Amino acid sequence: MADGLFEAMRRSVEEGDVAAAEATARTAVDEGLDPLEAIESGYVPGLSCVGEGFASGELYLPDMVLAAKAMKAAMSVLEPEMKRRGATRSVVGKVVLGTVKGDIHEIGKNLVGTMLSASGFEVHDLGVDVPLDRFADVAGEVGADIVGVSALLTTTMTNQRAVIDTLTSRGLRPTVKVIVGGAPVTQAWADEIGADGYSEDAVGAVTLARRLVGA
Amino acid sequence: MTTDVTMRPRLELLQPDAVDRVVGEALQLLVEPGVKVASQDAADLLAGAGAQLAGSTVRIPERVVRDALATVPRTFDDREGHAAVRYGAGAVHFDPGSCGVKVLDPETLDRRPSTADDLVRIVKVAEMLPAYAAQSPAVICSDVPAEIGDLYRLFLVLLHSNKPVVTGSFQASGTKAMIGLLAVDAGGPEALASRPRAVFDVCPSPPLSWTEFGASNLIDLARARVPAEIVSMPLAGGAAPVTLVGSIVQHAAECLSGIAIHQLAEPGAPIVWGGAPAILDMRTGSTPMGAVETAMLNAGCAQVGRSLGLPTHGYLGGSDAKIVDAQSGLETGIAAVIGVLAGIDLVSGAGMLDLLLCQSAEKLVIDAEVIGMAQRLGRGVEASGSTLALSTFAELVGGDFLGLDETRRLFRREQFLPSPVIDRQSDEAWRQAGGLDTFARARQRAAQLVDDYRVPTIDPAVRSDLVERVRGLAEDVGLATLPGT
Ligand code: B12
Repeated sequence: MADGLFEAMRRSVEEGDVAAAEATARTAVDEGLDPLEAIESGYVPGLSCVGEGFASGELYLPDMVLAAKAMKAAMSVLEPEMKRRGATRSVVGKVVLGTVKGDIHEIGKNLVGTMLSASGFEVHDLGVDVPLDRFADVAGEVGADIVGVSALLTTTMTNQRAVIDTLTSRGLRPTVKVIVGGAPVTQAWADEIGADGYSEDAVGAVTLARRLVGA
Repeated sequence: MTTDVTMRPRLELLQPDAVDRVVGEALQLLVEPGVKVASQDAADLLAGAGAQLAGSTVRIPERVVRDALATVPRTFDDREGHAAVRYGAGAVHFDPGSCGVKVLDPETLDRRPSTADDLVRIVKVAEMLPAYAAQSPAVICSDVPAEIGDLYRLFLVLLHSNKPVVTGSFQASGTKAMIGLLAVDAGGPEALASRPRAVFDVCPSPPLSWTEFGASNLIDLARARVPAEIVSMPLAGGAAPVTLVGSIVQHAAECLSGIAIHQLAEPGAPIVWGGAPAILDMRTGSTPMGAVETAMLNAGCAQVGRSLGLPTHGYLGGSDAKIVDAQSGLETGIAAVIGVLAGIDLVSGAGMLDLLLCQSAEKLVIDAEVIGMAQRLGRGVEASGSTLALSTFAELVGGDFLGLDETRRLFRREQFLPSPVIDRQSDEAWRQAGGLDTFARARQRAAQLVDDYRVPTIDPAVRSDLVERVRGLAEDVGLATLPGT
């Protein structure tokens, strides 16, 4: 019985079907299924399958983004049940992500966020034009492992340094790692401002983040 | 009797009734969901004209937009002289893509951070090539502090060029200082307003939103009567509808809202219906400038602007290749042809590689050939004599077409005459000339153009005023010498 449900869960993620993902999650809750099992045996295989399809070049970004959306929808149904049972799903790491003050480029940052969530990270996306203090505020609140700072302009790149400085002055470094990215950003710049890592694309950002949390 | 046979090829992607539907839906978007306007001044201007405010959302009724459109100038010139950009005259003009953060080193093929010297070299090459009607601040100067980066780039262009400039700023203080420099260059604010030499790109944020900086920039430019160019950038599938026509609607809505703000600030101030629409690449998430759909978007957006009687602008001629290779040639070729056939008044983007991140003087040299060919296609098939071919045959002795007067008189107009960058020699002659590929030939030509370049004569008082102003601003940010001067 559960096998059929797991299959439907997997398919809902593969097809990026948010309604089906929610419906299957609700069925799981109604039938008293362990939410952690529903995630691991139902939705995660779907997401892995889409991830592989993307890596092999068969699937494209919209497939990936919708799969992540379906996964998220299922999670929001399952989370209250997990809380009730006192179960927690282990996340790979917590990431606070945003585009720095003065900069509104968001597409690359969003992609990095999508890929990180799809890879099991808990992502707190602060949006664009993010005030410098906010990175440290939220990193402190949620107990972030990583702060990711995006900047696409040569004029706003300097704010990446300022974000690192606020984290340092709040005493959050070195427990919080900082990763930076954006078109004009280079490894040399990352080194200069004392960031823990740089990646030129979203797939690299995931590898980097996994390495930094030791996953 | 002379029959004027001119067959000018034109590309009109949208049927006339489709253009009306685009404008109709764009006007509806301005009401529902409305436009986000983060600038209080801009929101107040719109509200004063009858728009409704709800938080940062402004709902702009059709009447406000129509009134604004009634006051925009239908045509204007950037600058007098043969290199001037004449909007609305039916000609297509090209200028180099702006604000690259890297240059392609012609010797090592490294893509390294660009400097003031790189900018000057690119400006010199573009100055020497008639294919470029205007200049742009083509690259960032990594050796100049970012705080004065935008005005410094304009400063270097003004010192090294006589052509009009397609420019832009990164911050409000930049716009003010740049207008100051242009006023010095023109001989005073009135001279600048009556004969503006530069047009400023101003970007709305897709979808349907104006940042504080973008909107206040529009207002500042309007009040100084310096031309503004609305560079709306719907990214089809990423920051705009995935359908090309849906993105064209969003582009129209963003431009119309910008025109409303701009014309309310200063009725009749010069404005351009511009854009850098592109698709989102569904594999990498990048914004390919060389995609055929990107060119189609530019053509469609310009068609809508032209239907409203406005000067138009687009962003084509950049390639996404990392070096000047076959991809760079084919993408630039296709895009330039589409830009010309679409009749876009001004097309920015030449010289660019790597998704608008890297400039190359050598690519500019090759692109000048592409542009020459596209412009030739744009002129179409012409005949102005009383016959099409009969009179030629009446003159003909034997088969000596080469020896005909008519041939000598007309070949320069009938044919685009390429530079040696385009190889049409025999295999043997090519081999003897070193067997160079396109890039190697472009490298030689770029070096030659830099050698032949002469600095424009600028009134010494104007020059020293420009230098003193920039020196003052540079000292404030700790820059002791002025690179590139
Ligand atoms: C789209 C775009 C815009 C759109 C943004 C829309 C949006 N909602 O995001 C709009 C039109 C609003 C815009 C505005 C402007 N833009 Co703009 N823009 C671009 C463009 C063409 C593409 C950016 C993009 O989305 N790329 C696609 C994504 C997927 O790539 P990405 O952002 O680089 O992200 C990837 C990596 O960098 C990395 N990454 C990104 N972030 C992070 C973070 C971390 C932690 C990690 C690890 C990795 C990582 O992974 C991502 C996924 O692969 C670039 C050119 C370019 N090629 O970058 C210019 C560009 C960045 N813009 C530029 C300019 C000049 C501007 C304006 C100043 C123009 C003006 N005069 O008004 C304004 C500034 C607005 C502001 N205050 O921010 C210049 C910058 C030059 C410079 N010296 O800094 C560029 C380079 C274009 C150019 N040559 O002129 N722009």
